Amino acid sequence: MIFDAPDIDYAGLSPVIALTAGLVVVLVGGLISERGNRWLSSALTLTALGTAAGLLIWQLGEPDKDLVSGALRLDGLAITAGLICIAAAAAVVPLMLRDPAPEEAGFGETHVLLLGSVLGMVLLTQAQNLISFFVAFELLSIPLYVLCGSHRTRPGSLESGLKYLIVGSLGSATLLYGLAFIYGGSGSTDFGAIAEGIAAGELASDSLILVGVALCAVGLAFKVSVAPFHQWTPDVYQGAPTPVTAFMAVATKAAAFAVFARFFIVALEPSTADWQPALAAIAALSIIVGNVGALGQGSLKRMLGYSGIAQGGYMLVGLLVASEIGTSALIFYLGAYTLMNLAAFSVITIRERETPFGDDISSVEGLGRNRPSLAWPLTIAMLALAGLPGTAGFIGKLFLVEAAVDGNYIWLAVMIAIGSMISLAYYLRVIAAVWMQPTPKRMPAIAGAAPEADGEAALAAGPTAAGSAVRGGPSGGRCVPVLAVILIAAGATIVFGVYPDPLVDFADHAGRALFG
Amino acid sequence: MLNVILWLPLAVGLVGWLVPRRLTGWAAVAGSLVSLGLAIGLIADFQTGSGAIQHAVSESWIPDLGVRYELGVDGISLFLILLTAIGWLAANLYSAFQAPDRPRNYFFQMGLAQTAVLGAFLAQDLLLFVLFFDLMLIPFYLLLGGWGSGDRIAATMKMIVYTLIGSLLMLVAAIATAVLASEAPGAALTFNMQALAQAPLALGDQQWIFWFFAAAFLVKMPAFLVHGWMADAYKACPLPVLALLSGVLSKVAAYGFLRIVLPTFPDATIQYQEILLIIGVVSILYGSVMAFTQTNIRLIAGYSSIAQLGFITIGIFALRPDGADGAVIQMFNHGLVVLPLFFIAALLYDRYESDDIREMGGMARRAPVLAVLFVIVAMATLAMPGSANFVGEFYILAGVFETKVALALIAGVGIALAGYYALRLFQQTMHNRLPEGAISRDVSWREAAVIAPLVACIIAIALYPALILDRGEASATGSVEAVAIADCGEGALVNSNTGEAQVLADPACLERYGIGEGSDGDQPPGEPDQTTVSLGAGP
Repeated sequence: MIFDAPDIDYAGLSPVIALTAGLVVVLVGGLISERGNRWLSSALTLTALGTAAGLLIWQLGEPDKDLVSGALRLDGLAITAGLICIAAAAAVVPLMLRDPAPEEAGFGETHVLLLGSVLGMVLLTQAQNLISFFVAFELLSIPLYVLCGSHRTRPGSLESGLKYLIVGSLGSATLLYGLAFIYGGSGSTDFGAIAEGIAAGELASDSLILVGVALCAVGLAFKVSVAPFHQWTPDVYQGAPTPVTAFMAVATKAAAFAVFARFFIVALEPSTADWQPALAAIAALSIIVGNVGALGQGSLKRMLGYSGIAQGGYMLVGLLVASEIGTSALIFYLGAYTLMNLAAFSVITIRERETPFGDDISSVEGLGRNRPSLAWPLTIAMLALAGLPGTAGFIGKLFLVEAAVDGNYIWLAVMIAIGSMISLAYYLRVIAAVWMQPTPKRMPAIAGAAPEADGEAALAAGPTAAGSAVRGGPSGGRCVPVLAVILIAAGATIVFGVYPDPLVDFADHAGRALFG
Repeated sequence: MLNVILWLPLAVGLVGWLVPRRLTGWAAVAGSLVSLGLAIGLIADFQTGSGAIQHAVSESWIPDLGVRYELGVDGISLFLILLTAIGWLAANLYSAFQAPDRPRNYFFQMGLAQTAVLGAFLAQDLLLFVLFFDLMLIPFYLLLGGWGSGDRIAATMKMIVYTLIGSLLMLVAAIATAVLASEAPGAALTFNMQALAQAPLALGDQQWIFWFFAAAFLVKMPAFLVHGWMADAYKACPLPVLALLSGVLSKVAAYGFLRIVLPTFPDATIQYQEILLIIGVVSILYGSVMAFTQTNIRLIAGYSSIAQLGFITIGIFALRPDGADGAVIQMFNHGLVVLPLFFIAALLYDRYESDDIREMGGMARRAPVLAVLFVIVAMATLAMPGSANFVGEFYILAGVFETKVALALIAGVGIALAGYYALRLFQQTMHNRLPEGAISRDVSWREAAVIAPLVACIIAIALYPALILDRGEASATGSVEAVAIADCGEGALVNSNTGEAQVLADPACLERYGIGEGSDGDQPPGEPDQTTVSLGAGP
């Protein structure tokens, strides 16, 4: 037997290598002082993310290739979804700058966890083997559990971390169980070979495979938070530090949807007729549950949590039609969703620090009069999430509806429209608060006066805690990096709504990767 | 040219952020003046007698989704563009005198709104139309909520939920139309309205798509049964915005029926013709009755709009060229009478500090000019013979009489009722005794500058209604023809001499639609009983 020297494609692995190296450097850099130097740590993190993004973009022009003996696949889907995750991470680094959570937990550690999670996401988008799939899935999840609980002085944050850990582990276990069934049925761990195995054994509708498919769908549904596996989402979103919520809301969805698409469309292709109706039902349920659940929410983060469930339902429509246009629509929508959600969460981050209302909707009342630079981006984000024209959200919905009709799922297209109608009620409530309500009289930060009062107390207690100096009035330069994120995200939402071509081309890489 | 017309208002709105606050309003007025000039230029440049799309602009926009940036103007949209320009000039001028709170934002929203409305009238790509149709809501939502009075937040929410329910369904319907049409062999994915009209879908698909579109348009009008948002929104809306909402926005819906629904879904149109006619007639009766029982001047105007749009609806769904042409002129007329009516309402509010006509009266004593202006508007509203409204309603009723005599007779009652509520409104406000505390004051030059030109337009169009009728005829007939061909067509052929696509059709059937009478004489008796109709009026 002759062993060939393993042929390592360093070019293909370079983004992963860059993230890993960055992770180590940031970890060491964090040791410089007790809590890490926030500027140095942020700069190193951004450099690592920027390098990885640059390398991914470089690979976008190259032909698709298998890496590490077929455990990973670097193709259009992996690169586009990976870039969305990296962009989301890069956007939350400035958000974390003055945030109380990393101020307490230390910047080095926070950024390492962030990079670790991004590494997991990038690997997950490339995974095409059950083993690499699961390992990347866990690498993505575990740092997030810690990040959610990183605001240690606030009970809500710890609760959120614990809750996410328990529910996430349940999801992972379910997924792993399902993967075992699929391996048992098909006798292979490679996505392509699984499809061949199922087809060759005529097992497409065999109960062994179907149980595996169902369990995998449940596990992945937990991660992308679609109904009925969504209950953790609002609580975790509300409790986690807002920058972490922003990251979780968009990047996790992007990575999990990418592997969801690759696994179901490539590996489980023979069973399409079986899982398609089931996913359609989940999508419809998610649209209803998410939108109805968001209606009565007073907390903006909870509201966005429920809205994320509904948006997950829309995106699932793009996935389940299993067509080139569907996958492109999914990635386009993920890109647009990232932009609009980042804009919204960034505004919430600033208002949390400026007002005693935490993330309650009253924190944005009267914003149109006092802080137009925040009011406009928040308005744009809400209009885009609602899918109104002139924004990337409209083009995204258009893309998804076209994919649904093309895939003979007209009823799901109608569901998307009905969901959007319901969603207007709560998105417009925010816009009404911004433009049509007077600024609330400033309330003293009495414990219990606002949902986040405990956090506010902690905020006011620590002299280094961000925001205590700026609380109570329009802040000056302290928010400049966050403002930059807000303006870029909101601006891009409008630009891609008017001139969507670049984002459409970007998303097309994903569709071609699976169906080209 | 169309690009300039479309984007100029938005550009002016953006410029408004750069000029001093004091001058923002005047920048907007200057912008609207240029818009009006361009609209008049468009009319001067229009080729009368042609039903084709003119000044077409066609650019690639989202090629992957088959969406193109296509603009054009035809006889139906031509005067609606003029109406938009007139309406916004008046509203911006009035607002500039009033100097609203947060002027930059206000005039930016006005500019965005004008661009959106113009976009809906100009779009030749179905998806682009839906986009602009939905886009209109954003500025109107913010204007109503931000500058309205009373219970504005609840009113805006009601309005937006009602209207968007229709619009979002329309989005799905528009996409379904294009995708289903592209499934035919050899067809590419396109949203071009004319291309979609050339190859209608199967009846089963047309049926549900028809109702999705109809829902959007009927809510926007508003028509009876889906007018629930109207009263609250009208009470809360700032008056210049309300004038636009009632005078211009409602026309987008009527335009949509004539321009999109008839040609694109002809079979469903025939099937549901009677339902739409009944909705129209009921709207006329309900709107008229409500208009003479209400005492709030805004609601009187609002319910009279429901009645007037009912007339336009039955004109369109008479499915005859005269009815459709009457609808085209009536759309313009109604906008032109409602605009000054709301500015007069604003002026009366300044004098009586009330919208309730029971608290008004005697204003004519010292305000002869105001009384004259108002009486002209009132006479036009009740469609006095001699006014252009009379011409419009005459054409519409003539069309309906040919198809459904009973409905035409009932609709005729609406004209009598219109006389009652228009005169009641005039008498209650201008005659009788002046209430205590109110002063009879004639129009100031500022008020006159807004209202007098609008009244002059009413007189001008009354003197020369053919200006609109001639230009609208070919396009309006084209829409009806599309329905007629779907019903009567018996196969297509291409004229070997001209290369023009023609359809063989049964002349007796075409007769029902009022099309092809002219060719009867040319056909010698005994010839095969088929006649040819040029297919549409496509480029």
